[in-house]
Amino acid sequence: MNMMSDAATEKAVNAPADEPVIKMRGKDVCVFYGPKQALFDVNLNIRENAVTALIGPSGCGKSTFLRSLNRMNDTIDTCRVTGDITLDGEDIYDPAIDVVELRARVGMVFQKPNPFPKSIYENVVYGPRIHGLVRNKADMDEVVEKSLVRAGLFNEVKDRLHEPGTGLSGGQQQRLCIARAIAVSPEVILMDEPCSALDPIATATVEELIHELRENYTIVIVTHSMQQAARVSQRTAMFHLGVLVEEGDTDKIFTNPDDPRTQDYITGRFG
Amino acid sequence: MSIFLLVTIVCVLGVVGYVLARSRVSGLETDSSVSYHSRPGYHGMHMAIATVLPALLVLAVWAISSQVVIGNVVKSSISQEVLGDSAAREGLTMGIVSSISRGLTLLNAEELKQAANGIDAARPLLAAKGVAIATDASDPMVTAAFRYNGLEQTSTFWRSIVVILAALVCGGWAWTQLGARVKARNRVEGVVLGLLILASSIAILTTIGIVLSMIRETGRFFASVPPLEFFFGTVWDPRFAAAGATESAGQFGLLPLLAGTLYIALVAMLVAVPIGLFAAVYMAEYAGPKLRSVAKPLLEVLAGIPTIVYGFFAVVTVGPFLRDLSAQISGIFTGDASSFIQAQSVLTAGAVMGIMLIPFVSSLSDDIITAVPRAMRDGSLGLGATRSETIKRVILPAALPGIVGALLLTASRAIGETMIVVLAAGVAARLTINPFEPMTTVTVKIVSQLTGDLEFNSPQTLVAFALGITLFVLTLGLNIYALYVVRKYREQYE
Ligand SMILES: Nc1ncnc2c1ncn2[C@@H]1O[C@H](COP(=O)(O)OP(=O)(O)O)[C@@H](O)[C@H]1O
Ligand SMILES: [Mg+2]
Repeated sequence: MNMMSDAATEKAVNAPADEPVIKMRGKDVCVFYGPKQALFDVNLNIRENAVTALIGPSGCGKSTFLRSLNRMNDTIDTCRVTGDITLDGEDIYDPAIDVVELRARVGMVFQKPNPFPKSIYENVVYGPRIHGLVRNKADMDEVVEKSLVRAGLFNEVKDRLHEPGTGLSGGQQQRLCIARAIAVSPEVILMDEPCSALDPIATATVEELIHELRENYTIVIVTHSMQQAARVSQRTAMFHLGVLVEEGDTDKIFTNPDDPRTQDYITGRFG
Repeated sequence: MSIFLLVTIVCVLGVVGYVLARSRVSGLETDSSVSYHSRPGYHGMHMAIATVLPALLVLAVWAISSQVVIGNVVKSSISQEVLGDSAAREGLTMGIVSSISRGLTLLNAEELKQAANGIDAARPLLAAKGVAIATDASDPMVTAAFRYNGLEQTSTFWRSIVVILAALVCGGWAWTQLGARVKARNRVEGVVLGLLILASSIAILTTIGIVLSMIRETGRFFASVPPLEFFFGTVWDPRFAAAGATESAGQFGLLPLLAGTLYIALVAMLVAVPIGLFAAVYMAEYAGPKLRSVAKPLLEVLAGIPTIVYGFFAVVTVGPFLRDLSAQISGIFTGDASSFIQAQSVLTAGAVMGIMLIPFVSSLSDDIITAVPRAMRDGSLGLGATRSETIKRVILPAALPGIVGALLLTASRAIGETMIVVLAAGVAARLTINPFEPMTTVTVKIVSQLTGDLEFNSPQTLVAFALGITLFVLTLGLNIYALYVVRKYREQYE
């Protein structure tokens, strides 16, 4: 009840036509691994139907922030998160929230392609099956085709849907993982350096895919490559030593950053 | 000089060679501007190997061949009538000679002089040292024994000289080899490689040797009992092997034993697999690091308990418990409080063996489950699967081939187990499908056929080899299949 009205107010605030809609909102987010603090009071909003890139030197907490957006940090025993993170105005760390449902709405693609050692078909229907989104064979066929088409993989694999997903090339595997993620119709897709294990051609394909997915999904992508951030994202957030240095339109961050640390990072002075 | 002393001397020479060569080369290296192909340590090793290895080889060859040569020389010195005309009698005579000669080495000089007078003088002297000599020993044999000892002494003397000489000569040669361009490293590596190959071929050759010797004895068994009767006979009743009476007919049906073996192993697996697997899943996926660090070694300790102890447990605790329990149950349902589970039964043996196998299953499966990459778990959890869904649908299927391999290994252990069965299921070879009755297994029968004072010429004892081969083939098949499955699993993430 309470949540609903929160969400409603938020919508109302963001409603005016030219104002972008905020999908996820992080407020004073701190993350600890045991006694060690990895994130310090991060305040970052994720806009709907936009690609937000998280950049910053290695170990600055990009993955940590990303993983706190769908509570994947829960799987690490020592990890503790404080502050508020909301999805459509609902606090995702509320004890009443079902983490299974949250992860169905906020999907994730990992750094290294990690298809299950099952067939391509089984990989894609995995999520829909556990969430009860498919009832029969026809449903499943449809979901598989739709997701693979969206992920731009269908034409390449349509003749071998029942062969192991691990037999695909790296780039194909990563697109399979993206297909697997969008098969459960998430609203937000989190990607942690999705191209770092891929060759340049596969990278280009995946980037193109991210570009297309933006129309239907809200995307947050961690990347090590400035060029990639510049190519695929509309918004960019720069992290350094667990602190959010600055965020803003990608164009502005890359041409005219406010913070000297961002300037140093994008000109390659540290990284 | 005893072999032990000789080996010690050679090794000391080797160490000295190592130290000398090493310091020499490091000295030369610092003095000259020439760069050496190998580090001083390798030159040292090269020197040590050159000193020790040929000398030990010579020693080994000498030790083996001198026995044969001396034996033949002594044999040819004994006249034909003393030696006997058949091969068996010759063997007997030579046996007496060698026991006399062994006895003579225990005597002092005074006693030796007396013993040289003949067998009647020697016999009491030897008996006083605890060496009993056969009654048909004669004077020429004593002479031969003295000759034997004399030759042996000469051989030992020359052996020491030759071996030490070999060490010095080869070491000396290696000393001349110390130079900048000498590839000591490559030679040392070659020797190391050779040693490794030797070690693994010893293991393989031993296995082959065991199999071959079993096959020979099995062949002798099948000469008196037709294979069909053995493999398809349903009655196991070998009778007693009355001494000499080889033709006393027994029945050697394998089926009751094989059935017992498989039945008990099956019950054991039914107990061990679910419990072990659940324990493994808990350990790998749910238990915190603290609990894990305590519980895992504890489980492994359990795996180290000798099986005979489990046997006690079966006899003293599980068997009587099941018997009394069944008596109570039948008392409740029929009013007749007689137990339907006997104290020794397939069930008891299977249950206890199952308990023994739990740590085996759980620790193997635990390793396999933990080896499933974290990325698989993350992938599944990231799609909104719960922990148990992830285990059921991703981790166990991914680990399945490995787990199957582990289970096959476990099964071959269950098949080979003996002590628990003897104590818990008895030694009665019966063909039954009632798990509440005693049965017995192949291994138990091998033991019972081979214990006691036996000659290896009746089917009653030779059958043990046929049983052994059967068991060997069975477990070998299981192990090979398990290895095949495990290997296939390994390829999955590569
Ligand atoms: N599982 C973990 N346990 C302990 N510390 C961690 C763990 N994961 C990350 N960290 C620490 O948190 C900090 C941020 O890591 P991360 O978010 O992975 O950085 P990035 O993705 O920006 O390279 C690093 O200092 C790292 O050492
Ligand atoms: Mg990272």
